[in-house]
Amino acid sequence: MENPLLSYTLFLADNSLITGQRLSEWCGHGPILEQDIALSNIALDHLGQARMLLQYAAEQKGEGWTEDRLAYFRDEKNFRNLLMTELPKGDWGYTVMRAFLYDTYHFYEMTSLLQSKDKQLRAIAQKAIKEIRYHAQWSAEWVIRLGDGTEESHQRIKRSLVELWPFTGEFFETDEAASGLNANGIAPSYTHIRTQWNAKVEEVLALATLERPADGWMQSGGRKGAHTEHMGYLLAEMQHIPRSYPDAQW
Amino acid sequence: MVNASPEGADTDVILQLLGQVSDPEVPVLSILDLGIVRSWRKDENGVEVVITPTYSGCPAMDTIEADIRKTFLEAGFLHLEVRTVLDPPWTTDWMSEEGKEKLRAYGIAPPESGSADKRTLFGKEEAVRCPHCRSLQTEVVSMFGSTACKALYRCKDCLEPFDYFKCI
Repeated sequence: MENPLLSYTLFLADNSLITGQRLSEWCGHGPILEQDIALSNIALDHLGQARMLLQYAAEQKGEGWTEDRLAYFRDEKNFRNLLMTELPKGDWGYTVMRAFLYDTYHFYEMTSLLQSKDKQLRAIAQKAIKEIRYHAQWSAEWVIRLGDGTEESHQRIKRSLVELWPFTGEFFETDEAASGLNANGIAPSYTHIRTQWNAKVEEVLALATLERPADGWMQSGGRKGAHTEHMGYLLAEMQHIPRSYPDAQW
Repeated sequence: MVNASPEGADTDVILQLLGQVSDPEVPVLSILDLGIVRSWRKDENGVEVVITPTYSGCPAMDTIEADIRKTFLEAGFLHLEVRTVLDPPWTTDWMSEEGKEKLRAYGIAPPESGSADKRTLFGKEEAVRCPHCRSLQTEVVSMFGSTACKALYRCKDCLEPFDYFKCI
């Protein structure tokens, strides 16, 4: 079995990388200039966090692995990201709702990692949490603005919430690697994160006049490499330049 | 912030060289003003400079590293090591008072912490002073601005929009 720390580092890295890649699709397409800039900035933060984590993963992997090789030369089944992060960007409400559900999770996940016994994960979390606080604030404000906005905005963000909800169960799954790391004080308790996430999500949804969907059947598979049909297209776009010109230098 | 101080003359030279390297995105600030130089030392093997990123995705970091190399090389320091550390994470509190004054004069509101904070969903938000008319009657247009480190504000008194170097 792969080293649990490496496996967990890649899980965190891939969530950031794929989130950053998806959000960057809004660059030049935002509904207004300020929000276009906001999303490009947020995408850049995710990419920066992905780089720190991929560098750490490459260091653990050794044997000539680099952050670029991990990002550009792994195939779909070797990516561990949560399925929610790879879903197409949808309309503005969908992007905002996905960002909110994920950012809130990411906020508590990184807050917990501030206590990690792994020095490098802790250092990365310390750096990342300062940025994530701004992301979470931004997406929560938009959920409230759209939910408590017009009839049209309310209907559309409500639809996004219902569509995205089955992808939230995967946030809190723990595999063997993660639970072992939790016992060692390296990875956080995802049960605890779930409690915090539930409370904040309910608080914001109430402000947005939206009802929290009931927990039903939940999607799963991302961390095992079983992705949605959208992942291959995302990777094709992200990886095709380095794969077409593998030794290209700036 | 700069915590190494070996041989006197070299100290001055090195500090002076570091003071010449500016932030490519906010050119009025040197990397010393910004507080991203964490330490440096000089020994018989050369000079080592330790820097830390402001934002994790900040594209200026690569340029800053290259600029440090260029500046030292031109001054005759052939052996230079630039190392990046993440811990402790950079905070706007490390920006020098002189740096904050330069920012204000340049038209960017410097980071302010501790004054009249408003609580928000995920933390606190600072009351920001307009760099043009000094009014506190300002409003956020967007917490994300022209670079990763800035937010967009508008002054309700002088009506000017301005950048705010946000606190992290």
